[in-house]
Amino acid sequence: MSAPAHDPAKEPASFAFTPENLERAKSIIAKYPAGKQASACMPLLDLAQRQNDGWLPRVAMDAVADLLGMPRIRVYEVATFYTMYNKTPVGKHVIQVCTTTPCWLRGSDDIVHTCERKLGIGVGETTADGQFTLREVECSGACVNAPVVQIGDDYYEDVSPEHMETIIDALKGGEIPKHGSQIGRQSSEPVGGPTTLKAFTTTAD
Amino acid sequence: MPKLTIDGIEIEVEPGTSILQACEQLGIEIPRFCYHERLSVPANCRMCLVEMERAPKPVAACAMPCGDGMVVKTNTDLVHKARKGVMEFLLINHPLDCPICDQGGECDLQDQAMAYGFDRGRYGENKRAVQDKYMGPLIRTEMTRCIHCTRCIRFVNEIAGVPDLGAVNRGEHMEITTFVEKAIGSELSGNLADVCPVGALLSKPYAFTARPWELRKTETVDVLDAVGSNIRVDTRGPEVMRVLPRVNEDVNEEWIADKTRFAYDGLKRQRLDRPYVRKDGKLLPATWAEAFQAIAAKVKGVPGNRIAAIAGDLADTESMLALKELMVGLGAANIDCRQDGAVFDASSRAGYLFNSGIAGIERADVILLVGTNPRWEATIVNARIRKRYLMGGLKVAVIGEARELTYPYSHLGTGAGALRQLVDGTHAFADVLRGAKNPMVILGAGAFRRKDGAAVQAAVRKLAETFNVVQDGWNGFNVLHTAASRVGGLDIGFLPGEGGRGTAGIVEGAGKGEIDVVYLLGADEIDTAALGKAFVVYQGHHGDKGAHRADVILPGAAYTEKNAIYVNTEGRPQQARLATFPPGEAREDWKILRALSEQLGHKLPYDSLAQLRRRLAEVNPVFAAVGTVTPSPWASFGAEGLIEDSPFFSTVANYYMTDPISRASVTMARCAETFVKPAESAQERTGTHG
Amino acid sequence: MLRDEDRIFTNLYGYQSFGLDAARKRGDWDNTKALIAQGKEWIIEQVKESGLRGRGGAGFSTGMKWSFMPKNVTDKPVYLVINADEGEPGTCKDRDILRHDPHKLIEGCLIAGFAIGASACYIYIRGEFYNEGSNVQRAIDEAYKAGLIGKNACGTGYDYDIYIHRGAGAYICGEETALIESIEGKKGQPRNKPPFPAQAGLYSCPTTVNNVESIAVVPTILRRGAAWFAGLGRPKNTGTKLFCISGHVNKPCNVEEEMGIPLKELIEKHAGGVRGGWDNLLAIIPGGSSVPLLPKSICDTVLMDFDSLRDVRSGLGTAAVIVMDKSTDVVKAIARLSQFYAHESCGQCTPCREGTGWMNRIMQRMVTGNARVEEIDMLLEVTKQIEGHTICALGDAAAWPIQGLFRHFRPEVERRILDYRNAAKSLAAE
Repeated sequence: MSAPAHDPAKEPASFAFTPENLERAKSIIAKYPAGKQASACMPLLDLAQRQNDGWLPRVAMDAVADLLGMPRIRVYEVATFYTMYNKTPVGKHVIQVCTTTPCWLRGSDDIVHTCERKLGIGVGETTADGQFTLREVECSGACVNAPVVQIGDDYYEDVSPEHMETIIDALKGGEIPKHGSQIGRQSSEPVGGPTTLKAFTTTAD
Repeated sequence: MPKLTIDGIEIEVEPGTSILQACEQLGIEIPRFCYHERLSVPANCRMCLVEMERAPKPVAACAMPCGDGMVVKTNTDLVHKARKGVMEFLLINHPLDCPICDQGGECDLQDQAMAYGFDRGRYGENKRAVQDKYMGPLIRTEMTRCIHCTRCIRFVNEIAGVPDLGAVNRGEHMEITTFVEKAIGSELSGNLADVCPVGALLSKPYAFTARPWELRKTETVDVLDAVGSNIRVDTRGPEVMRVLPRVNEDVNEEWIADKTRFAYDGLKRQRLDRPYVRKDGKLLPATWAEAFQAIAAKVKGVPGNRIAAIAGDLADTESMLALKELMVGLGAANIDCRQDGAVFDASSRAGYLFNSGIAGIERADVILLVGTNPRWEATIVNARIRKRYLMGGLKVAVIGEARELTYPYSHLGTGAGALRQLVDGTHAFADVLRGAKNPMVILGAGAFRRKDGAAVQAAVRKLAETFNVVQDGWNGFNVLHTAASRVGGLDIGFLPGEGGRGTAGIVEGAGKGEIDVVYLLGADEIDTAALGKAFVVYQGHHGDKGAHRADVILPGAAYTEKNAIYVNTEGRPQQARLATFPPGEAREDWKILRALSEQLGHKLPYDSLAQLRRRLAEVNPVFAAVGTVTPSPWASFGAEGLIEDSPFFSTVANYYMTDPISRASVTMARCAETFVKPAESAQERTGTHG
Repeated sequence: MLRDEDRIFTNLYGYQSFGLDAARKRGDWDNTKALIAQGKEWIIEQVKESGLRGRGGAGFSTGMKWSFMPKNVTDKPVYLVINADEGEPGTCKDRDILRHDPHKLIEGCLIAGFAIGASACYIYIRGEFYNEGSNVQRAIDEAYKAGLIGKNACGTGYDYDIYIHRGAGAYICGEETALIESIEGKKGQPRNKPPFPAQAGLYSCPTTVNNVESIAVVPTILRRGAAWFAGLGRPKNTGTKLFCISGHVNKPCNVEEEMGIPLKELIEKHAGGVRGGWDNLLAIIPGGSSVPLLPKSICDTVLMDFDSLRDVRSGLGTAAVIVMDKSTDVVKAIARLSQFYAHESCGQCTPCREGTGWMNRIMQRMVTGNARVEEIDMLLEVTKQIEGHTICALGDAAAWPIQGLFRHFRPEVERRILDYRNAAKSLAAE
């Protein structure tokens, strides 16, 4: 993480929630007790980021602060504390490779290298066409399906370098590849089928 | 009351006392960086760790409340090891630039490192460098030195009430910053340099100008508003290098306003350092003798009713008394210490004082502000109101301009209409006042600066009497003056005598040719262009408006250059002390008047300051008790009458330029440029001005 | 091995729907009203008797925690907060509950909330778990619609709301007071204690923060009885537990097993054994990244519960078993964790802010051997300077893996340092 990156050249002149998002914002604020609307800061930043091509310009932080009656610096603190808020523009697809020990033990380095080679960019960079941003992230919390790659909101699990190439190719072709385990596991059961609860491997219906 | 044992000593403390505070009561020193007794307690520096029985880990003394039966040890191997560890962590990324750091010699980190630091570093990695931040014209940053104690953030959030600072990013990348590259919009921002325990936040004007050990320190008081903040003036040779606060719990606690701290460069500019006499329309340098002769020649034969004197806002009490008594000798009753033309009844002292005292604000539960913008007129008083607000349960209402005051208030109206409704009980806020335990009214100097000032005064007195603002053990009737000289002038009766004219009458009379001689004792805020053909003597220290109009200039001493008494808005006489000598041929003001009186044939009966002070105490016994407030009995005052509906205005239009010293200050000019101008032009754009 | 009928999370792998109908068929929401009708004291007593210890890592008695809540609070709201900010490296058990069995959690939230007198519940889900959070939200919507929560929840007369609050990428928010700060819309910086959340938590109101798994097992405990749960495992280490087995095993997986199962049995039965066989084992981190690793010799026999692992100077933590076979660069494995903690330190207090970065830099050099042998002891001193001196436990968590590494693998690091020196020397000689 670097110092607060703020590039005036990329900063839009203004930001306003769309009418639909403003309605969403209101229902988010309503989840918290009266007078505690600052609690909505994080979800509203997320909402603003989703509206703004995946990143948060300063004007959007200001808009959230003003909407919630918070000092702007408090929102700026929050936006720079949490890693999911992007303070600079990102590619259409943000590829986040988990490289913490459990994923590293199962070859996450190879996944990173595959991405670098395939996309022609280094970690932390965005492709010139604005399609991909590559990142290393800390533990994604899907360790028994390592290596794990998060793209957008979805987890790609049990990923091999070959899978990674296929995924990137699909994304380049405008497809959203199927997320979850890439080797056919249902979820976190042992490969080849569960050792327990075999009676529950069919639907309850 | 919890009873605990610290280092084998038993102590009983008030509930809520922290271990650190209990240690202080016992005289046990606990090192700390983040803890500041006037700020909230984050316990983030971890320097104050102590050992506590039955606690698995050392505890932060600042944040741990004392509990009954606790056994605390502050002097064990475990404690020393913990503190040494923390000290090392603080130092690994701290630069070794003490020799060029302005904080050097008065740095908490430097001091504590002497006690807990190793004699060499073990950190072999690259040290962290942090980009400096822009915080405006007053605060310089050297953010690589920051130890992340967050005192500055807490100060601006809590004391200043301007949430402009925060800590962005996290972990070792955490940085203190403004939002973003913005000047800190508080008139208290200079205190940041004091609360910062290291050399990260520093005074910008003082940067690289002096080392603390080469400065001579003079304990004195500020006169750039009527608060009388206690200050220390640090000088090197003939130069004031900086101004710092002194603790006075009753007045300024440990804060001072930015004008108090930073206007001192105005002491070095535009100074009157020799007498001048106007010849053929031009002011020419003269000797003291020539100047006195010029005055004597003019005054000779002029009847007393054609002579007048006006005292300015920075005049000290001794010189005002000397001038008053000289005028009495000349038979002149046209004297006034209210150069702003304020109209009110000064017959009763309670009618013009901040009776509750500044500290009394903490006891109030409802505060009504009338015709005042305390944030600009008396920043320290405003900070006290905010402090009271943070304690909870305070209601504030404003009649007058609706300004950002750093605490919420209800705006009852801009003019006298709301005041009238309150007095006759028809305004809804009257119920709030009625329900208050310790209601307070703060009447700004602006409320007197109108023709019906005395009627406003009477109306507010009536309001005070109606709503228990004055009761046994509580007097919440408060006048907030803006001129440091004002209460002193009123206390010695520097007011029109029998048949005499006040400021407005003097100016008008001079313009009409009914006054021949006008003596201005540092009076620069009057309409000097309206003085007509009158012969004007200006005694003062700056080449400001008064001096420009003068026929004779007598160079006097600024507040840092004389021993003198000023009475603050509470009615507290305090001593200003000489820190440097007046420049050139300038002299202490009472001495000038004493010398002149001899020339004019009305020799004043005091040859020393001590004699003059004795005379002062004879005139008004409050001067016998310097430093304390003599309570003033309640009486009927003011002049009941019609109050116009016109809006109230604050007397301060630009906080950074209110007097000859701040107007001469480059630093203050920069502040006005940064803070006042943008706001003014924004107001003009939206058309809400006036 | 635990029998299937004693398993609580029967849809752990999500073969069945997470929806309400399927959940009901699995036994969730079965006459919840009757459980609540037994009263607060009964619920808390049952949970205490079951011996349930918090599943988030610290292992504090859940029933005891609830009993610390002030009784009969009327002047302000009381909150239950669910910690679903799962991010301890190696740990991915709560994720399965959130996405596959959310009704167990929601029913647990209702019962636990009732027991502590809460008026509302916030489930704090790490932001990356976007799809998981959506499942929980759908389950909450179903529960509202079915009258199970909300006004007059389950027909008990008790009004209770459940909301989701999503995180945005900060491991530290798994610390309960940081999590509370985060819900309040601030940076996730842990608070000083006291006051504890039970006195002043969310919005300064009495608050209990519980882990997802701790809460999700409560309805089953109440239905089957405290004695049933207490009868599994060993005294003080009772019940079933979700284990996450990752790293160098043939079949990494999550599995619900009996507390106290031997580590070796756990791995061989469920995870297909260590890659290359048990003898190819180098070391195991038995409870998530924060606990010290164990060399094979200890792994051979150790039991997977709180006290057994504490006895071998490690911990059960989140029961996330990270397996490393002999091909592992164990120094790098731990150095990678040091990097993790430096990245996740909130920056608030001195020892952690400065110390985690320092440790990380030394550890990265140790990986290549670019260090001096004396620096090992210095590094261990630095870990001791952090441990126990910080506001929250992240400082400890950063220190322990390093201490564990040198406890068991010091010669390996010394060898690297020597090799590096020799290589440098021979390079110079050339």
